[in-house]
Amino acid sequence: MLINDGIITREELATVLPTDERFKKGPVAIIECLQNIPCDPCVSACPSKAISMKSGITDRPKLDAARCIGCGLCVPRCPGLAIFVLDMTHAARSAALSLPYEIQPVPKIGQVVKGLDRSGKQVCEAKVLKVMSAKKFDKTHVVTIEIPKDRALDVRAIRLA
Amino acid sequence: MSLRIDDHPVLSFKKGRKVSFLFEGEKMEGFEGEPIAAALHAAGVRLLRHSPHKHRPRGFFCAIGRCSSMMEVDGEVNVMTCITPLKEGMVVNRQEGHGVIEP
Amino acid sequence: MSRKTEILVVGGGPAGLSAAIVAAQLGSKVLLVDDNQHLGGQLVKQTHRFFGSSARDAGIRGFNIAEQLLEEAAGLKKNLTILLNTTIVGFYGDTEAGLLSPERFEKVTFERVIVCTGAVENSLNFENNDLPGVYGAGAVQTLMNVHGIKPGNRILMVGSGNIGLIVSYQLMQAGVQVVGLVEAMQTIGGYLVHASKIRRMGVPIYTGHTIVSALGTDGVTGAKICRVDEKFQTVPNTEFDVECDCICLAVGLSPLIELFQQADCKMVHVGELGGLVPLHDVNMRTTNPHVYVAGDASGIEEATTAILGGRVAGASANKSIHGESAEAGKVVADAVSELRTLRSGPTGERIRWGREKIEKEITAC
Repeated sequence: MLINDGIITREELATVLPTDERFKKGPVAIIECLQNIPCDPCVSACPSKAISMKSGITDRPKLDAARCIGCGLCVPRCPGLAIFVLDMTHAARSAALSLPYEIQPVPKIGQVVKGLDRSGKQVCEAKVLKVMSAKKFDKTHVVTIEIPKDRALDVRAIRLA
Repeated sequence: MSLRIDDHPVLSFKKGRKVSFLFEGEKMEGFEGEPIAAALHAAGVRLLRHSPHKHRPRGFFCAIGRCSSMMEVDGEVNVMTCITPLKEGMVVNRQEGHGVIEP
Repeated sequence: MSRKTEILVVGGGPAGLSAAIVAAQLGSKVLLVDDNQHLGGQLVKQTHRFFGSSARDAGIRGFNIAEQLLEEAAGLKKNLTILLNTTIVGFYGDTEAGLLSPERFEKVTFERVIVCTGAVENSLNFENNDLPGVYGAGAVQTLMNVHGIKPGNRILMVGSGNIGLIVSYQLMQAGVQVVGLVEAMQTIGGYLVHASKIRRMGVPIYTGHTIVSALGTDGVTGAKICRVDEKFQTVPNTEFDVECDCICLAVGLSPLIELFQQADCKMVHVGELGGLVPLHDVNMRTTNPHVYVAGDASGIEEATTAILGGRVAGASANKSIHGESAEAGKVVADAVSELRTLRSGPTGERIRWGREKIEKEITAC
């Protein structure tokens, strides 16, 4: 369970996961923030106003998946590095996952890295599709990797060597 | 493996000029202005002194001048090396016990 | 030698800086004193993005917040004097203090003093806890983030509060392997997003475990860990060794309160706030009407609450000298309201209990 070992279970994840129907429409954010902590930068980060916290900054962020266009601007803004963008329409057998990355060296496009699950275990290889590094991202890079579709809900980190 | 960080994802480190100093008679290098204990640590030295009664090896703990980093520097004892800046030519020795203060 | 000021601020971390800035902005003559070579306190070591409200610096890295505060202070030279490498060695009566710097000793007379001396790291009892290589989390951050030196190559972290979780992540950013994180409670203490971050990078989190001993003769070469139950009793036959060259203790902080005791401020022991703290009211004033408090010295919390508490103290101290003003009143009201919001929610529960205890005691005074 998350509170014992820092690993979100499938049941816990289900409370924030967009629907299968939404996944069929294109990239969408998954906000894996399941605790009521005082924090709200994600709300103002979204240009589509898809993230809300109705009762204030200790509310859990709620994603309006229909409004979300999967742009990924929320990914580098989250202080907890807890937001990911998943595109299940990327290809027939693979998905594209965007995650925040703050370790040197930053991977290059085309590089093949290890895809790690939430326990740090390598579960697949992942090709780097895109790396976004903007000045306003303030040293948090957004790395997009290609992973097998059946690993799309597991892979949340990468290792280079 | 050097303990100095070359490539940090968020920070860049401004260092003073490289200087040499003596530790237990051996020539060592560090950067001017960094704490003596940090320069020693980067050079692989963690044992800074021995305790007065049981002669136990000690290093630093807090790095803000409230712990156990006392060493003999340029002849003066009880110098808190975790906050004292390194200067060219300093003579640094391990302190044994309480050290002796010259009258 | 002696000097005179209106408001003396002791400590130039986030609380002291904020108090000094606000008081100077409101027109008071302020002397800010810090015993370090530079201002910023622990904020200069924080590389992670801050939580809280985006209206108040959330999402910005700690050391950038420090830079912002320093810039603000630099623009107030008319009212704000800063002395570095200077320690307050004591209070002489209610309105005089002794300042010691490498160059001289001098006295300063003031009308109000705001003490923002922060906190010191706790140590932990285990065999060989005095071996070289056993460092507090603050020391690890200082080495890594200020001096660019790795504390070791393989570290064992003890403590799963926010500091233990965040410093583990910072260690990995610095290229250090974190062999594990040990937590005596059965659940993770800090924000779960921090825990998830390090868990998915492969750091095992051993809740319900404690460190039994550090291994090594002249320095740390490993650690012995074992399981503990809900009553913190070691469970027999569960010991195992881990290889590491550094043990980092992130087991809490204790407020630094000697100056308050010198000033005869009434003290109260509040476990939720880290130990002994000076009794203070919502304006951050202690039972000695000349003495205010802000930051970790008023109760262990975070940099954001330190900044807000400092703003309250700075404005309140100014008001107590010059009388009420709309400007000062707004600073206090805004900051108090923000503090309330930050402390609401389940993760603020312990702090709220602690602060309630203080409120109860001060009204009884």
